[in-house]
Amino acid sequence: MPQPNVLILRAPGTNCDLETAFAFEKAGGKAELLHINRLLENPGLFERFQILCIPGGFSYGDDVAAGRILGNQIQHHLAEQMTRFQAEGKLILGICNGFQVLIRLGVLLDRDPPQAPPVTLTCNGSGKFEDRWVRLDVQGAKCVFLSGIDSMYLPVAHAEGKFVARDEDVLSRLGDNGQLVLRYLPLDGQDRRGEKARSSCDRDFGVSCQVPYPDNPNGSVADVAGICDATGRVLGLMPHPERHVDPTHHPRWTRGEAGQLGDGLQVFVNAVRYFA
Amino acid sequence: MLWEVDIYPAHGQPDLIAGRVAASAAELGLTEDLTVRSGRGYLIQGDLDRDQVTRIAHELLADRVVERTVVAPVGDAALAEAPEGHPRLIHVLAKPGVMDPVAQSALQAIADFDIDAEAVRTLKKYWIGPLADDRLDLLCSKVLANDAIEQVIVGPLDFERLEFGSPYVLKPVTVPIRNMDDATLRRFSLEGQLYLSLTEMQTIRAHFDSLGREPTDVELETIAQTWSEHCSHKTLAGRIRYRDSRGERQFDNMLKETIFAATVRIRQSLGEDDWCVSVFEDNAGVIRFDEKYNVVFKVETHNHPSALEPYGGANTGIGGVIRDPMGTGMGAKPICNTDVFCFAPPDTPFGEIPPGVLHPRRVMQGVVAGVRDYGNRMGIPTVNGAIYFDPRYLGNPLVYCGNIGLIPREKSFKEAKPGDLIVALGGRTGRDGIHGATFSSAELTSQSETVSGGAVQIGNAITEKMLLDVLLVARDRGLYHAVTDCGAGGFSSAVGEMGEKIGAEVWLERAPVKYEGLSYTEIWISEAQERMVVAVPEWRWEELSQLCESEGVEATVIGKFVPTGRLVLKYADHQVADLSMEFLHDGRPPVVRDAVYTPPAVEAETPPQKATWDYTDELLRILGSLNVCSKEWVVRQYDHEVQGGSAIKPLVGVRNDGPGDAAVLRPVLDSRRGIVIACGMNPLYGDFDTYWMAASAIDEAVRNCVAVGADPSRIAILDNFCWGNTDRPETLGSLVRAALACYDVATVLGTPFVSGKDSLNNEFRPEGAEEPISIPPSLLISALGQVDDVGRCVTMDLKQPGNHLYQVGLTRREMGGSHYAWIGRRAGGQVPKVDAESAKRTFAALHRAIDAGLVRACHDLSEGGLAAAAAEMAFAGGLGARIALGTVPHEIDLQEQADDVAVLLFSESNTRFLVEISPENAEAFEAMLGEAAHAMIGEVVDSGKLEILGPARPIPDGEPGETGTPLVVEANLETLKEAWQKPLRWPAY
Repeated sequence: MPQPNVLILRAPGTNCDLETAFAFEKAGGKAELLHINRLLENPGLFERFQILCIPGGFSYGDDVAAGRILGNQIQHHLAEQMTRFQAEGKLILGICNGFQVLIRLGVLLDRDPPQAPPVTLTCNGSGKFEDRWVRLDVQGAKCVFLSGIDSMYLPVAHAEGKFVARDEDVLSRLGDNGQLVLRYLPLDGQDRRGEKARSSCDRDFGVSCQVPYPDNPNGSVADVAGICDATGRVLGLMPHPERHVDPTHHPRWTRGEAGQLGDGLQVFVNAVRYFA
Repeated sequence: MLWEVDIYPAHGQPDLIAGRVAASAAELGLTEDLTVRSGRGYLIQGDLDRDQVTRIAHELLADRVVERTVVAPVGDAALAEAPEGHPRLIHVLAKPGVMDPVAQSALQAIADFDIDAEAVRTLKKYWIGPLADDRLDLLCSKVLANDAIEQVIVGPLDFERLEFGSPYVLKPVTVPIRNMDDATLRRFSLEGQLYLSLTEMQTIRAHFDSLGREPTDVELETIAQTWSEHCSHKTLAGRIRYRDSRGERQFDNMLKETIFAATVRIRQSLGEDDWCVSVFEDNAGVIRFDEKYNVVFKVETHNHPSALEPYGGANTGIGGVIRDPMGTGMGAKPICNTDVFCFAPPDTPFGEIPPGVLHPRRVMQGVVAGVRDYGNRMGIPTVNGAIYFDPRYLGNPLVYCGNIGLIPREKSFKEAKPGDLIVALGGRTGRDGIHGATFSSAELTSQSETVSGGAVQIGNAITEKMLLDVLLVARDRGLYHAVTDCGAGGFSSAVGEMGEKIGAEVWLERAPVKYEGLSYTEIWISEAQERMVVAVPEWRWEELSQLCESEGVEATVIGKFVPTGRLVLKYADHQVADLSMEFLHDGRPPVVRDAVYTPPAVEAETPPQKATWDYTDELLRILGSLNVCSKEWVVRQYDHEVQGGSAIKPLVGVRNDGPGDAAVLRPVLDSRRGIVIACGMNPLYGDFDTYWMAASAIDEAVRNCVAVGADPSRIAILDNFCWGNTDRPETLGSLVRAALACYDVATVLGTPFVSGKDSLNNEFRPEGAEEPISIPPSLLISALGQVDDVGRCVTMDLKQPGNHLYQVGLTRREMGGSHYAWIGRRAGGQVPKVDAESAKRTFAALHRAIDAGLVRACHDLSEGGLAAAAAEMAFAGGLGARIALGTVPHEIDLQEQADDVAVLLFSESNTRFLVEISPENAEAFEAMLGEAAHAMIGEVVDSGKLEILGPARPIPDGEPGETGTPLVVEANLETLKEAWQKPLRWPAY
């Protein structure tokens, strides 16, 4: 199987780079860490890679707003390369801070002018940074990264992960396109994504059908935890799949609840296999 | 032109900050119904037009989905348009010279637009609803701003330019101390914030007398830094004459003869198997981890800065301790943080807060946020900690911050060489943190804020993260000979320590500064954050410089190590200091102190006045007491999983919210080997006997590690003494006594101390008070254990109905300082002791059982004793438990009275565990425990209740001789958990 080259983009304040690289390597990819300054000096470096991952962390300290400064840098200096990367059928993954950067860049959605972004990730409803595990409903039919995954149990760790759309229209367009691929689920007991609940959510993304805090950990509208672009080759998500690639990552593995592999590993395996 | 961009929540979006302000105002008793509108703003200076600023506002500064902006030149009426019903406008800005990282980042990002701005500053803006004038002042000073670092401007801003200091003109200063009499020396030491004793000042006077010249200001400052308690630990490493009931003992170096001596003895007995690598030498203790790596551990305190500015103090506390492992050996990679705090109760009435003191709730919120923001941004998981509450921490809270690092074995030592360049890495030098090292020797007063505001620092974690990233690459490429951090004392300590055996010349004007106007002295002693010093061979400088530049980290040659044995400082070729290293490091007159320990009068325990045998209410009150209750509000705000090695999290159980005993993580991702992190502390015991307090803290730290599966023969510990003013012989005596216990217990357990730190003079003198308030003796023991395979670890939550519950260890009548005594405000009783020999056997036996896979759950018995541990295990596992006190292993002379029940339930005897074993493993478990005291005391049940049966007693009105076992505790899991979770289940902040 050919081993795709994975570019793990570093910037000042990136801090999930090593474990993300580890997850890609465990999945069979060949990961390389590269500082944003190297790409700014030599944008041609993009060409060597099949997968771009912007990992979690606090790029530039999340100064101004999460992901804003790095997003701004890429937008002003590397927009063309990003567009080409996408157009060439390659994969882009943004985790947590990386998702925040992708949102700022607009690569997940139709490119609206930067003055009027369609969606955002803003301060958690709880008003604070929180690290907790969440259950995720996966509707990833069109998303390369989520192929064959029904649900995942992953941790979130962020202060600015509340997904908000500019208006109802944006939200329903994303829903209609099958781009709302990851949604928070209630932790307890029964899987509440029974047919009924699902269909009412699909009709109306209003606040009324939200999973309550803390299972929806940040108050995201329509419980959105991650979205993909129209092609399914770009995915951004707040939860951290690289933090669940080993059974002992599971918070209740001592209770026998963990599987053989961590739930998050399949995301990386899917990406690597796409190039097989 | 000076532009202002104001950013407000858009219509319909929540104003989280306003909610927070209103809630704080209500908590502090200012007003119940304050309404506020909040915004944030940027001041942008430069030759820009409105379109450019608007573009920056819309595309960079504001989030247009959820925010709206106002753009105008400063002074424009649009910026002062009050929202309806909120007429008063308050601006809060960082004081000039205080770190403003957001402004720096914004300035760089504006350059990406090809727009040229000169300077940026951030501000916060509040519109206040109806409020009386005096209340408004209080709101500003207590809620909106901290005077130590921020300024408040009421009404519209009216300045036209941002101030950034003016160029410094060299003004060499010499201090005529040779003619000062003793009284003048004393006053000069205090007023100049040198905080040196008279003897020390006299020694300095004599030294310069013999040189036939006066010292310069920077020479005095350098000596004061090097000789400060913070840097030299002169009291505890000094001569002490100690007396107690057993007689007198002379110490030449108290720490060396107690704490270090224990380690020396343990290392000798380990012989070939010695796993200590470098202890009490470097910035952190170093021990063996596996074939490739060592691990290093350091815990520091940042108490006085956190009292003045909780956020900044704790922020730079954690930032500073992270640099200790980074500055150990050739540089370790930080892998996790720990934090332990001591506060006054957060519900202390507002009216009881003396002037100059921040409310403990605000202190706690600020401290937690400070640790959170630095640790999370650095990408270092914060995995273990504790919080203790006592009114005596009101004016002097304690903030302990720890960091563990991983270092390749061959990189564990360093040595600067003559000819090496002195290179400053990382952040720039500013006026922040001037006199931090000497200030830590001073007593806090209501005036501290004004006198020592400069000692407060604000960190910028990203600068430190960038520094860390390049440092580890430079280390692996071998680009330097030695590294150390700029901690207390700044360049002065870093260069002074590194060049102690060589000599150094420093060119101060070369140090990069944050703004103009810094004097040579300020550059030399500034404690600005995020700086390290490396000793670089000249031929490596070019490569290091390029590496740093490639990631935007500043690296500057500021001097050279020269084999002169002297410390020479120059500013623009003008020599401003010339000190002999020998005088600087060995010239300090020895501190000689008296220490006395008189045991407190033994008070009989006040017997409880109880009409019934039911103790459910007492259990609920213990679970709901501040020291015992859930700290989930804090723990969740820390990223405890970053770096991807988390194996046992701080919170465990069926709902991920039970109190784990210790955290476990795998620092090397492709290995199963783990480290275990725990701590032990109990200030309440110190009021009885600091010897047993220290012994108990060690026992607790070790048993927490053992409870999750750590090998007890491979646990390293750290000591952090925080005490009151040790000039008082009684106070020092109580400390020496604790140190003696450290020696005794560590030696028997075979648990070496590998690093430590002390913070003395933790006292606060309220305005007008004669006597200062001293903190209780507070010894934190931090423990670092190891496991071969994290897959064999256990957690404390109950797993399976039908399993047996065993108590391991003996219960004694040890209720002194217990939480049972505390909730009933009962004095007296025996404080828990430690039988170290038996503890060693018990830990080893239990570890064998855990390692063999026989144990399903294990929890240590500490505050609240057996009952609290059983309750925690039950609600964490979502399963009931049924326990019979009559079967508890004990050494109590039972009186068949209600009091016996209290002892069996709540005594805090050390070295005890509650352990869950499946029935099929019971026999093997009992065999493995062998001689170690243990007994089956109950079972896990599916009842959803905790039921504890008392010991047998005669049944009232029963037949003669007829006995029964009454229920002494009966409660639903929900009730128990609610009592435990409620006290600190705070809303957003």
